[in-house]
Amino acid sequence: MSLFSYAKPRALGEALRLLKNGTIAIAGGTDLVGLIRSGLARPEGLVDLTGIDGLRGWTREKGKGLRIGALTPLADLETSPQLQKLAPMIAQSLRDAATPQLRNMGTVGGNLLQRNRCWYFRDEAVPCWLKGGTRCFAAEGENRYHAILGAAECVMVAPSDLAPALIAYDAEIEIASSIGRRTVKLGQLFVTPSGRQRKEHSIKKGELITSVRISDAALERRGTFLKAMDRKAWSFALVSVAASARIKDGKARDVRVVLGGVAPVPWWVPAAHKLLEGSALDDNSCLAAADLILASAQPLRDNGYKVTLARELIRRALRSLVA
Amino acid sequence: MPPVRGPNAVDIALTVNGHAATAHLPSQRSLLELLRGELGLTGTKLVCNAGNCGACTVLVDDRPVYSCITLAVACEGKRVETIEGISKDGELHPVQEAFIDHDAYQCGFCTPGQVMSIVALLRSKAKPTEDEMRRAVTGNLCRCGAYVNIVKAGMSAARRGTK
Ligand SMILES: Cc1cc2nc3c(=O)[nH]c(=O)nc-3n(C[C@H](O)[C@H](O)[C@H](O)COP(=O)(O)OP(=O)(O)OC[C@H]3O[C@@H](n4cnc5c(N)ncnc54)[C@H](O)[C@@H]3O)c2cc1C
Ligand code: SF4
Ligand code: FES
Ligand code: FES
Repeated sequence: MSLFSYAKPRALGEALRLLKNGTIAIAGGTDLVGLIRSGLARPEGLVDLTGIDGLRGWTREKGKGLRIGALTPLADLETSPQLQKLAPMIAQSLRDAATPQLRNMGTVGGNLLQRNRCWYFRDEAVPCWLKGGTRCFAAEGENRYHAILGAAECVMVAPSDLAPALIAYDAEIEIASSIGRRTVKLGQLFVTPSGRQRKEHSIKKGELITSVRISDAALERRGTFLKAMDRKAWSFALVSVAASARIKDGKARDVRVVLGGVAPVPWWVPAAHKLLEGSALDDNSCLAAADLILASAQPLRDNGYKVTLARELIRRALRSLVA
Repeated sequence: MPPVRGPNAVDIALTVNGHAATAHLPSQRSLLELLRGELGLTGTKLVCNAGNCGACTVLVDDRPVYSCITLAVACEGKRVETIEGISKDGELHPVQEAFIDHDAYQCGFCTPGQVMSIVALLRSKAKPTEDEMRRAVTGNLCRCGAYVNIVKAGMSAARRGTK
């Protein structure tokens, strides 16, 4: 590991001042420390965000919705009985994310900004397209964990379990920098690597995520998160599905279906949401929506199974909203 | 502004197993390197060094974490507990006793990490369900496959009480 300096500010303003060229923010370090060790990140300095108290924990205020600080450990969200009632998809998505130790260390902001798990990417010796090379080795190589949808030059998949759950609540994130603050839909944070954009998200140098917000209206939705893994614990999603809807008189409104593990970004298809508006979420409508979501699927050599898996998980998640 | 420390060796002060400890380390070193290399606490094991196995599990401010991917410098002022710290007055901790009674290991390499995960669970919940016990050790791999007896040992320690 290369040498770097280290600072642990107590206030957000100090952290933003310390984030200059060559320095990187660190939260739980569960992704970043590995990236530094393998030479995939080479910071001259780290700014540890975990000393900033104001960014930890969550609050609910009527009229203002739910606000989750970006430095909240994942474990705190997973184990809170109040939050399990208020926004069940969040705890469901974290239950099988990584391990207890990693959820104690890992934070909300870090989870959203973690880098992808493509094995060619993680191998520092492989100069693949995303790292500035000319080829995607996964496209022609070992690709059972890779994308079936939405990929361009790079076929990696969005690894976060939390992101689809939050997007299915229409979550927004607050971003701060030394020149001000901005709020964006979480769904817009993620970038499909293509052309000159060899990156996974749109956070700029010097910017920090400070919080995630979910509106009161979105909290009225029911939600289900399902994750398929190739063993029962400690693995990334083969496919994950977050489905939510407001159910009134047996009919679904404001339906959202967001997938992880299938595309370079969390994946949803607005036309499918429209199709389900007013539906009773019977088997046929759920499968019709699934087919619409998967219509543009282009499986690679080894990952055709993801299409079948996604179709059934979408059906189950949607059905559970009216069960 | 907080001091920017390093990149060369920095002084780190923390509490380890109830005692004040200090170390002088470059900022890229892990908590595991501090424990094993600087303090000679070799009970905590190094296996994958990448957050993939759980052998290096210790408690930081009561929570189980992987010490191999925790930066030592980030533990300034924190309370760290290792397998060496849980026995009192030369007596094994009840979870350690239960591991012996239930034959909960073969090679023993994963054991310190498994024990720390279970100790943390029983502190936050004295009477967990078997499912909670199993989930508490999902972040600790056992290559010898002693899982069944590990969970049995944990449940037995819970029944007997760990106080
Ligand atoms: C073995 C293993 C298994 C895993 N399994 C899963 C899984 O099943 N599901 C899943 O969802 N995840 C999984 N993960 C990923 C894990 O959840 C993430 O590594 C973790 O959530 C990252 O959070 P962190 O606080 O440790 O981030 P760090 O490692 O500290 O940071 C990650 C990145 O985010 C940036 N960053 C952090 N916080 C902020 C902020 N507030 N503002 C701006 N930038 C910030 C950092 O600069 C860095 O680039 C796994 C990880 C490992 C090692
Ligand atoms: S999928 Fe992306 S990260 Fe993986 S080899 Fe291809 S370009 Fe690289
Ligand atoms: S040695 Fe730390 S998790 Fe394997
Ligand atoms: S007893 Fe050998 S690894 Fe668990």
